[in-house]
Amino acid sequence: MPGEDRERDWQIGKVHRKVDAMERMRGITRYTDDIKLPGMLHAKILRSPHAHARILSIDTSEAEAMPGVFGVVTGKDFTIPYGIIPWTPDENALAVEKVCYVGDGVACVAAVDEDTANAALRAIKVEYEVLKAFYDPEEALANRDKALTINPYARKGNLSKHVVLEFGDVDDVIDNSDLVVEGDYFFEGTTHGAIEPHCAVAQVEGNGILTVWSATQVSHYLHRELSKVLEIPPHRIRVIQPPLGGAFGGKSEPFDLEFCVAKLALKTGRPVKLLYTREEVFYSHRGRHPMKMKYRTGFTKDGKITGVAAKTILDGGAYSSFGLVTTYYSGQLLCAPYDFGAYRFESTRAYTNKPACGPKRGHGSVQPRFSIEIQLDKAAAALGIDPIELRRRNDLGSDTKTVNEFRVGSNGFVECLDKVETASRWRERRPTLPYGQGLGVAGSTYISGTNYPIYPNEMPQAAVQICLDRSGRARVFSGANDIGQGSNTMLAVIVSEELGIPLDDIRVLSADTDLCPVDLGAYSSRITLMVGNACLNAAQKLRRKVCEAVAKRWEIPRKRVVLAQRMALDRENPERNVPSAEAFQWAEADFGLLGEVGSYNTPKDRHGDYRGGTIGASPAYSFTAHLAEVEVDPETGLVEVKTIWVAHDCGKALSKRIVEGQIEGSTYMGFGEAIMEQHVVDPAHGGVHASPSLLDYRMPTFLDTPTIDAMIVEAADAQGPYGAKEAGEGPLHSSIPAIANAIYDAVGIRLDTLPFSPPKVLAALEERRRREEAGELAPHKADRRDARRSA
Amino acid sequence: MLRLPHFQVAAPETLEEVVEALRATPDARLIAGGTDILPNLKHKLEAPPRLVTLGRVKGLRGIRRDDAAGVLRIGAGVRLSTIASDPTVGALFPSLAKSAGLVASPTIRNMATIGGNVNLDVRCRYVNQSDFWREGIGGGCIKSEGDVCHVVPKGRNCVAAMSSDNVPVLISLDASLLLVGPSGEREVAMADYYRADGTNHTKAEPGELTAEVRIPLPKGPRQTDYVKWAVRKSIDFPLVSVALRVDLDGEGAEAKITDVRVVVGVLGAKPREVTKLDAAIGRTLADPEVAALVSEAAFKQCKPLPNVPYDPAYRRQMIRVYVRRALAAMA
Repeated sequence: MPGEDRERDWQIGKVHRKVDAMERMRGITRYTDDIKLPGMLHAKILRSPHAHARILSIDTSEAEAMPGVFGVVTGKDFTIPYGIIPWTPDENALAVEKVCYVGDGVACVAAVDEDTANAALRAIKVEYEVLKAFYDPEEALANRDKALTINPYARKGNLSKHVVLEFGDVDDVIDNSDLVVEGDYFFEGTTHGAIEPHCAVAQVEGNGILTVWSATQVSHYLHRELSKVLEIPPHRIRVIQPPLGGAFGGKSEPFDLEFCVAKLALKTGRPVKLLYTREEVFYSHRGRHPMKMKYRTGFTKDGKITGVAAKTILDGGAYSSFGLVTTYYSGQLLCAPYDFGAYRFESTRAYTNKPACGPKRGHGSVQPRFSIEIQLDKAAAALGIDPIELRRRNDLGSDTKTVNEFRVGSNGFVECLDKVETASRWRERRPTLPYGQGLGVAGSTYISGTNYPIYPNEMPQAAVQICLDRSGRARVFSGANDIGQGSNTMLAVIVSEELGIPLDDIRVLSADTDLCPVDLGAYSSRITLMVGNACLNAAQKLRRKVCEAVAKRWEIPRKRVVLAQRMALDRENPERNVPSAEAFQWAEADFGLLGEVGSYNTPKDRHGDYRGGTIGASPAYSFTAHLAEVEVDPETGLVEVKTIWVAHDCGKALSKRIVEGQIEGSTYMGFGEAIMEQHVVDPAHGGVHASPSLLDYRMPTFLDTPTIDAMIVEAADAQGPYGAKEAGEGPLHSSIPAIANAIYDAVGIRLDTLPFSPPKVLAALEERRRREEAGELAPHKADRRDARRSA
Repeated sequence: MLRLPHFQVAAPETLEEVVEALRATPDARLIAGGTDILPNLKHKLEAPPRLVTLGRVKGLRGIRRDDAAGVLRIGAGVRLSTIASDPTVGALFPSLAKSAGLVASPTIRNMATIGGNVNLDVRCRYVNQSDFWREGIGGGCIKSEGDVCHVVPKGRNCVAAMSSDNVPVLISLDASLLLVGPSGEREVAMADYYRADGTNHTKAEPGELTAEVRIPLPKGPRQTDYVKWAVRKSIDFPLVSVALRVDLDGEGAEAKITDVRVVVGVLGAKPREVTKLDAAIGRTLADPEVAALVSEAAFKQCKPLPNVPYDPAYRRQMIRVYVRRALAAMA
């Protein structure tokens, strides 16, 4: 029906300007560091220059006596350990007994300004007993000397987490396959690189309530951990997340600075601010785990996967962070978009003396995705099957169950493959591209939030409150953290769609624990599906009230009332309409103040019953296909990624341009990890960070970035608002193996370790040339070498 | 953010006043665009009591072609973005326009000056870090607060890398610097200006400043180029940096080579001029032997160090590849 359609089309799927775009573009957005309070002190943290050492003594007396110094705290002030995962509280806000990596916080000073605070840090005397440090996870795991156990709270030496899950008789299935592909892969650590460094401000209000402003993506968890560590009940703490300059998972848990400013504000009675230096951002890290992965995959001669066996070592760094979940994710999130009958993974996370790893965009599953997609490419080459066709043959399909018993609803994966295949002209071009140029494909999946929250509870995962007022506006209160991904805009779009008022008339107030209902935060790509559903729930209740009030006055059935274009209209006689403000006033007269709450909780029947079976289970899964075109310079090893076509099934794009932006940004981030990023320490120099600056930690610039052709696929899912699934993390995964597979197509080398830096590529090319000359391998694209520059 | 140390600022308006300001405060440092010294100050690599800013010194501005003296004069205060887009520089010295346009990023080129760039402090992965980081490696090195070298174990000489994009080019063009100091003016050939000591890498005397870069006007046909490899296409300092100049006895494909100059940066503190290229003289650019023998000589004579990122053996190999390609492209 046209009427129905018009109403549904009025906002959903359109291009919107983000609700905060103009302020950001004009440079007037007030980030956390822009907060300036009367009498505010500035805090700095003294950090360990040693990778592993016992603290023998800390003498802060000289620092405390310095003029301009108002307060000093050390580990003694924070003896209660915390951790984002309730089962692994293994870090203190400041080191209590020992330091575990270069950059570990030891003491914090609040002073009149940063220079005074820095001078005071230099006056603090710390005596260390330096211990042998571990930089290699396997060496750390092999250690039996209890005195060298890295994490003071660890119960099993340097073992952080070990998971083995098996589904079916994997070894038997693989052994009896037509083809077995084995490979060793290494995914290098990488970090988030958000432009805004972490920053926090704390103030004790006149009524004694502690307010903490923080550049966090999880204000609720920060609220809980502040309460725990500071031993202040949660109702005496308020956490506010000001607008954020990027996060990407790097602000997904509490950090030392938030506890320090809070404690120092309590101690000094003054507001306290702490802004990390860029170097400190690299130390706080929580980025992508380096993973060493061993894969064994069986195939039928038709290219069907029979079974997958994976063995993974995760290099965790000094603390658990989300590591328990990462260890599960490294196996649990691999079971789509391909159907395989048998699966086993064994993942082992080790503590090492490095900045702690945690969640980075595509948490835990980007690394195994790299391995499996190269395994598939190797199988396609060995079996002589087109790599896209091989993936189609293994499609899991929709409304089905994975081998690890996750229930999958909608699935647009094959359409994603079709789109990138067509857009890249894969079929015509791949067989003809000359030596040095190549196309590669890869696919992936990701969760739209997790079925179970981080701490077990039966309350809703998301809740939204909406109020309408007499001027025709809506206020939306949401605990969700807009970290630049556009979640505030998403909420405004839903309210706009349901209540017929434009985005300009909707004010979204988010991430303030005093004003907003609890939301768990911006992680695991949960907000659109979960908070979107909660918002839709509340908005529809209001909509019914407004429509009913209008219907009553026009004496028509409620279903004939349409809310759109800042009006209420009669569907059958659109000439009859009133402005939204008047319709809202009618409704307020009939029902009292127009406010509704909506909440969302996950379905609990979408996972297996085995131990760990809930971890990684999601209400809905997104799907992605990437297709990369590269040119490899055979003399220098330089890889130029020219174009990446990417199609992503987000269920339903609530706001088209934002979804495209997420697809592009994710693809870019994966590209950077593929080509240049490396988050490493230097074992030969005391374990210092090898590149703690944006000059030395190289991320691609505009000039380096390929053309990205982002395409949206919409396989609407019954679990999502209007069918929507996630778009913020999934489109990163297959970007990386698509590039690896394109390099193979171009020059015939397999790069199973990241990043694809020119020296590594050149060494692989030289090895291939040597083997070709020795007659061990046929020359790659022998018939297409002359035309190298012509295509 | 990293904090700057406290310092006073002097803002003289003439060269004489600059010299006087430097004489009055011997530990003062000059600041022009500030793109090199300010990060170094934030890293606490030095702590001068006073910065003497050259921003108001009109005598350091402008690009002038001086036919009487046979040189192009570039004031030390000219911005790199100006040099990169200046039509005279582009016509006479295309390799300089190219190198100036490849420095860092547009915003940095809009601030950085040529005088600052030819005096760019040498760089090293173990030096250009915060003082906290240097404490982590055991207390710095001979160029900062320590007494060891982390690049050459047991080395007593600082081998931090000359990382200016423009210096190799200017040396290849036989440029000289006009230095002004307490004892007046002197002109120093850039080929003689740099020293193989990263703790004191130029021959500027205390109290001297670079006032002008002079480049002899081309006397005959020639081909020049500058080759830079860095991981990214913007922002980065070079990891491979080579300036080339080939003088010819005439125009056209038959022209014979009369001289070949190849100057390589990012080795140690001093750029290296590749020698023993006589075998190229008398040949044409189209002769494949030219690219082969010149690139081979560059490879043999240049030995990159692990003072900047990326495997030195790889960078050495790339010197050969890029020199050969640049010469082949001239033919």
